[in-house]
Amino acid sequence: MSPREIFALRDHLGPVAGRTISDTQHIIALSALATQSARATQGARAMQSCLGGRGGELAGRSVLLATSGQLLAGLAMIEIDGVARRLLLCPPDLRDDHLASIVGDAGIDAVVTDQPERFANLDSDLMFPVALPQPVESRAQTSRATEWLMLTSGTSGVPKIVGHMLEGLCGAIVGDNPAPGAAIPVWATFYDIRRYGGLQIFLRAIVGGGSMVLSDADEPLANHVARLKACGVTHTSGTPSHWRKLLMSGAASGFAPRYVRLSGEIADQAVLDGLSQAFPAASIGHAYASTEAGVGFAVNDGREGFPAALIGQGGAVDMKVVDGSLRIRSKRAAHAYVGRNAAALTDDDGFVDTGDMVELRGDRYYFVGRRNGIINVGGLKVHPEEIEAVINGHPEALMSRAKSRRSPITGSIVVADVVLTEGSDATRSDAIRNEILSECQAKLAAHKVPAMIRFVAALDVTPAGKLARADA
Amino acid sequence: MSVRLRIIAAIKQIAEEQNVTLPPLTDDLSLHETGFDSLAFAILVARLEDDLGTDPFTLAEDAAFPHTIGDFIRAYENVPA
Repeated sequence: MSPREIFALRDHLGPVAGRTISDTQHIIALSALATQSARATQGARAMQSCLGGRGGELAGRSVLLATSGQLLAGLAMIEIDGVARRLLLCPPDLRDDHLASIVGDAGIDAVVTDQPERFANLDSDLMFPVALPQPVESRAQTSRATEWLMLTSGTSGVPKIVGHMLEGLCGAIVGDNPAPGAAIPVWATFYDIRRYGGLQIFLRAIVGGGSMVLSDADEPLANHVARLKACGVTHTSGTPSHWRKLLMSGAASGFAPRYVRLSGEIADQAVLDGLSQAFPAASIGHAYASTEAGVGFAVNDGREGFPAALIGQGGAVDMKVVDGSLRIRSKRAAHAYVGRNAAALTDDDGFVDTGDMVELRGDRYYFVGRRNGIINVGGLKVHPEEIEAVINGHPEALMSRAKSRRSPITGSIVVADVVLTEGSDATRSDAIRNEILSECQAKLAAHKVPAMIRFVAALDVTPAGKLARADA
Repeated sequence: MSVRLRIIAAIKQIAEEQNVTLPPLTDDLSLHETGFDSLAFAILVARLEDDLGTDPFTLAEDAAFPHTIGDFIRAYENVPA
């Protein structure tokens, strides 16, 4: 393949000026990281590098990118894409005891990091410090299509390594480029950009001619939203759990993005309606995507679930439902699991089994839960998510978690923890409990009605922004 | 409230939730005749565990499930405090 055919991330940085990437501490102009020709049209700003100009040494290598924060990760992605053979993104919660096997499985022979102490037992020749951009004389040329490696966010065991190409990662990004002279879109996400959902937003910002405002796990929500407002964020995404937290905080007032997206968990009608009320002028939609299957589809009609017509259409994203689970064959999907004992990513026909269970009601499919999250009540199957969707429909229920409780009679029964909305009248808790139970009894089979409902102040959310179900 | 009264109250509460019409709850009434299915008993045992702090049917590995209301109540009364 000749270098001309390569379209690397940095090639998307010109020629619009005024684009930035920012976190809680810094605002970095993206133009300094652009290619020579793009910079020339912007008045020849000095070339900068976050790798001290050593990027060329990464040519053809398998690079582990392990940074303490997202800003350095994003800057390094721009500089390394098109140079390295492989780029493995370490998410913030990767356990050190999983590192060795991941380094081995991915054939890592270079580590780009600002945490040298974390890799003290690694050959120092393999270490490349990363820091905020500094002027340099020259920078590595892009000459190849880099394979992007991401880690799955499963709750137990060593994460799987999933291989993507930039073309597939950007497969759902179309026509977002601002017209000349139009305002620059400003993207933000509650996700970390080192995970699939966050990376999608980062790539939309970079490829779509926008700016990017990064999240910070340690930043209080009110400060985060104040920063989103100050940066003029126009496009933003997160999980339903992220959004419920924002709606609960009361911090959303005055924040007026024009594009709001949910993904990563089931978007129920209650959270979609809550967002419509909070952001009346915004386009609100939910998207289906996974690290393995890539971006499947977006639903923009304001309703939970998705039109049944999307199944079996063929085309770029071909979907089918087998044994209740959604299967996707797509150019946006990963091409393989990577590693010594890697399983097959797809079936013989090229479909990824997402493990997300769907149910057809009328002309629409509804997500009912994860296959491995099923609770067995005396031989009858229950998805916690379907119960949560009913509970969350109560106007005073902000979020909920249904889970299994061991039973000597039926093996398991279902119980639920519920977070009430701010300002809920504590003296009404018995009444609210009865209202929720009546609603569950009206809409769910008897074995799915929670045996007990407990009101809690908060529910844990994982680093990936999903409701924690570890003890479910 | 005694253990017996708390158990009776919990049974009545669940019967109401499950739309079960209970016969008079005498000690010799068989559990089968209460109209409760296994799900209702599972809920009862879980709620009593929260209320009384014990689940006699999980504690004892060889516990035979009781046959009558009287047996059921005694299973709770006989658990060492």
